[in-house]
Amino acid sequence: MSAEAHDHDHGHDHEHEHHHKDTFITKYIFSIDHKMIAKQYLLTGIIMGVIGIAMSLLFRMQLAWPEESFKIFNVLLGDKFAPDGVMANDIYLALVTIHGTIMVFFVLTAGLSGTFSNLLIPLQIGARDMASGFMNMISYWLFFLSAVIMLSSLFVEAGPASAGWTIYPPLSALPQAIPGSGTGMTLWLVSMAIFIASSLMGSLNYIVTVINLRTKGMSMTRLPLTIWTFFVTAIIGVISFPVLLSAALLLIFDRSFGTSFFLSDIYIAGEVLHYQGGSPVLFEHLFWFLGHPEVYIVILPAMGLVSEIMATNSRKPIFGYRAMIMSVLAIAFLSTIVWGHHMFISGMNPFLGSVFTFTTLLIAIPSAVKAFNWITTLWKGNLQFNPAMLFSIGMVSTFITGGLTGIILGDSTLDINVHDTYFVIAHFHLVMGISALYGMFAGIYHWFPKMYGRMLNKNLGYIHFWVTAVCAYGVFFPMHFIGLAGLPRRYYTNTNFPLFDDLQNVNVLITTFALVGGAFQLVFLYNFFSSIFYGKKAIQNPWRSTTLEWTTPVEHIHGNWPGEIPHVYRWPYDYSNPNHDVDFVPQNVPMKEGEEVLHH
Amino acid sequence: MTSLLVIVVLVLLAVALWQLTKIFDLTQVGSSSDDSQVASDNDNNIQGYVMFGFLAFIYIFTIYGLLKWGNLALHTPASEHGILVDSLMNITWVLIFVVQFITQGLLYWFSFKNRGHKDRKALFFADSNKLEALWSIIPSVVLACLILYGLYAWNNIMFIDKDEDVIEIELYAQQFKWTARYAGQDNVLGKANVRLIEGINTLGVDMSDPNAQDDIVVSELHIPKGKKIHFKMRSQDVLHSAYMPHFRAQMNCVPGMVTEFAFIPTYTTSEYRDLPFMIEKVANINKLRAEKSIELVAKGGTALDPYTFDYLLLCNKICGASHYNMQMKVVVDTPEDYKKWLSEKTTLAQDIKAAEAAKKPAEAEGAKATTDSTAKDTVKAVIDTVKAVVAKVTMK
Repeated sequence: MSAEAHDHDHGHDHEHEHHHKDTFITKYIFSIDHKMIAKQYLLTGIIMGVIGIAMSLLFRMQLAWPEESFKIFNVLLGDKFAPDGVMANDIYLALVTIHGTIMVFFVLTAGLSGTFSNLLIPLQIGARDMASGFMNMISYWLFFLSAVIMLSSLFVEAGPASAGWTIYPPLSALPQAIPGSGTGMTLWLVSMAIFIASSLMGSLNYIVTVINLRTKGMSMTRLPLTIWTFFVTAIIGVISFPVLLSAALLLIFDRSFGTSFFLSDIYIAGEVLHYQGGSPVLFEHLFWFLGHPEVYIVILPAMGLVSEIMATNSRKPIFGYRAMIMSVLAIAFLSTIVWGHHMFISGMNPFLGSVFTFTTLLIAIPSAVKAFNWITTLWKGNLQFNPAMLFSIGMVSTFITGGLTGIILGDSTLDINVHDTYFVIAHFHLVMGISALYGMFAGIYHWFPKMYGRMLNKNLGYIHFWVTAVCAYGVFFPMHFIGLAGLPRRYYTNTNFPLFDDLQNVNVLITTFALVGGAFQLVFLYNFFSSIFYGKKAIQNPWRSTTLEWTTPVEHIHGNWPGEIPHVYRWPYDYSNPNHDVDFVPQNVPMKEGEEVLHH
Repeated sequence: MTSLLVIVVLVLLAVALWQLTKIFDLTQVGSSSDDSQVASDNDNNIQGYVMFGFLAFIYIFTIYGLLKWGNLALHTPASEHGILVDSLMNITWVLIFVVQFITQGLLYWFSFKNRGHKDRKALFFADSNKLEALWSIIPSVVLACLILYGLYAWNNIMFIDKDEDVIEIELYAQQFKWTARYAGQDNVLGKANVRLIEGINTLGVDMSDPNAQDDIVVSELHIPKGKKIHFKMRSQDVLHSAYMPHFRAQMNCVPGMVTEFAFIPTYTTSEYRDLPFMIEKVANINKLRAEKSIELVAKGGTALDPYTFDYLLLCNKICGASHYNMQMKVVVDTPEDYKKWLSEKTTLAQDIKAAEAAKKPAEAEGAKATTDSTAKDTVKAVIDTVKAVVAKVTMK
């Protein structure tokens, strides 16, 4: 690679640095340092996460105690949407919609990928910074702008977008159909368009950086699995996000300029609309062409983080390094040809349903390989139960539990009856929601010392994990049953169906678990924010890890390494290597004379 | 009130736990080493045992869930293809539970067994082609079987034989209501388009189509047992989904196109009500409703009606603010009862004629009251006619 050329560039940077001092604005706000940008992403992600989870608690309360009066509803939602503390039905849908949007895009896409790709790509491949620091900065600020616009939509007169996070037209296109499809939806679309621009800039940067800026000796087969997953995630993002952008633009055309891409033959509010010849099914195709890869954009980085943390804390190489890479590639490829499993009963040709069933169930194979490889990594390890390790094991657990029900949903025949029921909610929250959140938490606990130079409190971490783990199963396991009972999702209340009366107790239980789990995230927030200022000072390599980021000084400096960038001589998983006495050999330690490579 | 109590308890619990850890931290102040926040052998030991405990929690919670909530799931399918769906479902469930039991067991057992200790050294075990081949091939074979069975069932359900003797019924969706249209004597539905919606003809049926003359529009769906029903679905405004869970049937209703689904009902409503599981379920629901009623009456409300089972058609695609209350009762009759019920219904053509006859005297009266509104009505009628004609022309 062009490591030397890069070093030269950096020499130039250094000279430049001596001439001017970082002001507050260039250091903390418009920073082009990848480490600061990572922290900005993380902080924004956490704030959005708090909002998203709080929303879910509100509508969970409505579901457990339908149409009961809660003062807090009135305080948070106002007189218009919660008169006398009773949640109105349109704000319920808005909460569901914005919860989904925030969690999927703002927390688990930007918050997760943005934080860890930015932090770890340069540090783990041995680069001074991202390929384009300036574009990186723009990417963050566009993300910030889109978050602000999304949140501002909560305050418009008719309420925010409320057609579900999948914004299927015609519901999302016609303000006559639901009030949220007026200004609220416009802001949603504008926000998402900006978000996509941000995400594309980030992804391009990640790809270029991984390809071009690896240090000497860092071949692709010596990359940590984190980098592999960020790299592949960025590629999927670049392939699929533009398709959502095109869908959003066409929807804007339909909404504002009278085109008929997605609309046809509509009679609403007593009049026939002029639309003719479009099809909502086309929108569904465009949406899910992103929407399905999106779940892998969310889960792959979490898988990478978990692989890395598991190896480090098991004091063992990750089992089947090459198989892990191959399975990531296989999942990435398959993820782009399975979108139709969201549309088995959308009215598309049943033959297509057969094809998508086939490709969808194929994904179970690389997923199984990953799960078994993680489990084998634990076998005969010397497990160090740091909080990050607990979240990693938890992630494997929920990924398996949630993934297995995918065999039901991916099978078109079985999907007929569980499609759009609570069964789906249970499935995807476990397999991509909770799993990705666990991956994110694991990453935060593990790399907090790298980000802030201090340690998170481990005991608070243990409490955080165990309560969250019990509550996550407590919320989503019973939810499978109410889905199997045939209860549709996105119902404001089930009281109009005596048939579902026997599900009410389960709903109360779920909400109770959700409230406890939600409350205990405060433990994490307290730990996070107090440790930034008062945490124990970290040592350089607290987890005794092999990867390059732990060879940088604790205090952040521009350019990451004070001297030369370290060269790499071995793969990232030399833990408990029998040729060495210590139980870890960092990547920058040269091979001993006659030392054999012990892995494929 | 109970909910408030629950929340207060939760908050207090959180505060208590937080203080506990604070105390715990304070006891550790003496040790100034910098890696105090890295797991010690003691931590590894405790967490290892908790891991084991959590495995027990998962197993027990699963078994508890199956016993306590297992009977909430939909039971006996009420359609012929439903048996196929449910048998595939059961096979899949067995597989899922076996894999879940083994993998979670291994995951947490290994975690417990290999909890770290400073004298231990982990085994350097980087890869094994044999093992990896094993867990690529086994899932592949198992999934191949599932895929084949799944596709066989899917093709059976979704591809409707054109020559088969079926009853054609249109399901018509609009915010927030279902309507059904029967094809009548000729068993062919008349053409329809939302541009033809006018007055009582709320489905936009093209009354100039000869096939439409005997169509019957109703708001309660009746279908005969043992006969294949071919549903053709339309929507006039947004996406809806016609979901009939007891029949294992669902299909989206899409504005601008006709979607379809077909099945054979196998239990009449009264037969299904008499199935032992249903008697038990309804008794349980009524017990819960009775309890709720006592609460309601105490608060000055009215008691809930006792519940009797009926098949339902629900909307299962978010369609607007009242999505949660878009339903239609479905009644499965014996073929004789079905015939009788249908013969008592008037056709849409008759309904329109009757409505027009009723309208004329009313209009005459209206004319006397205000000439102004008559003029408006006339203009509107003319515009409507022109619109209808234009629509018809564009349709052709």
